[in-house]
Amino acid sequence: MSSTVTQTGPRQFHLDHEPHLPEGASTMLGFWIYLMSDCLIFAVLFAVYAVLGHNYAGGPGPKELFDLELVALNTAMLLLSSITYGFAMLEMARRRQTMMLVWLGITGLFGAAFLSIELYEFSHLIHEGATPGRSAFLSSFFALVGTHGLHVTFGIIWLATLMVQVLRTGLTASNTRRLMCLSLFWHFLDVIWIGVFTFVYLMGMI
Amino acid sequence: MSTHDTHHAEDGHDHGSLRSYATGFILSVILTAIPFGLVMAGGLASRMLTVMIVLGMAVAQIVVHMIYFLHMNTKSEKGWTMISLVFTIVVLVIMLSGSVWVMYHMNANMMPMPQGMTGQS
Repeated sequence: MSSTVTQTGPRQFHLDHEPHLPEGASTMLGFWIYLMSDCLIFAVLFAVYAVLGHNYAGGPGPKELFDLELVALNTAMLLLSSITYGFAMLEMARRRQTMMLVWLGITGLFGAAFLSIELYEFSHLIHEGATPGRSAFLSSFFALVGTHGLHVTFGIIWLATLMVQVLRTGLTASNTRRLMCLSLFWHFLDVIWIGVFTFVYLMGMI
Repeated sequence: MSTHDTHHAEDGHDHGSLRSYATGFILSVILTAIPFGLVMAGGLASRMLTVMIVLGMAVAQIVVHMIYFLHMNTKSEKGWTMISLVFTIVVLVIMLSGSVWVMYHMNANMMPMPQGMTGQS
């Protein structure tokens, strides 16, 4: 077999000079891809709920358990926290640190309110005997809504951490980048919540 | 929104503007209030139509969030965010519709169990 490929030199398996990107140049894309993978986690949990959501095992169903007024209040809390985070990002773009921290604080309070209402709902359900072990419907319900709640919890922890960091080191380039990552995370959680209140709560009550 | 490029940071990311956040918020409130109001009022006479409206509103609101809050566009990160989003949606649709489809048919085609063995009452 005659060699048709002419090699002009030794093969290069690595570059002599690593391409030097500025710090954090790929962070936003990387974080976006993390969010997409997180999206798949929720997709699996939604699929589980779609498959198991009607297996009540003789136990209570959505119509007996869910309180739509509470869910509407919860939705409002999360939506308000989304817009206040947006205001914080606008203040960050104007380099107004104090106002940004104020809006971030308000965002955290709305997030905490959301979490408190959800925990109240969960404790209410468990008090009525609708525990995760009661039926496949309740197992998948607690898994899906609980995972979302856990994400919000870690979002609040992240938010508080970043507020302390901004207070200590100011609006540096890395802090700005971190705040933008959290912004994506926070709005993403609101997008997931749209799916939760539609598929779990509203569809369960129709 | 595209005419206001003043809020673009030096790294090319769009922080949005007050107007875009306000637009997104108002649209979201409307798209949340309608399905909640509809279901709380007892729904329409046609159950199917109610489901379609609720689902349609959810999809619309997700798109609104993507555009006005997450600042999705086809240009950010040279289009890679959009490509990864499209890929995720493809996987998501296959996974969700596939699971529901397979499990529905499995339930429908299961051999009838003897009396007393059925888990569901």
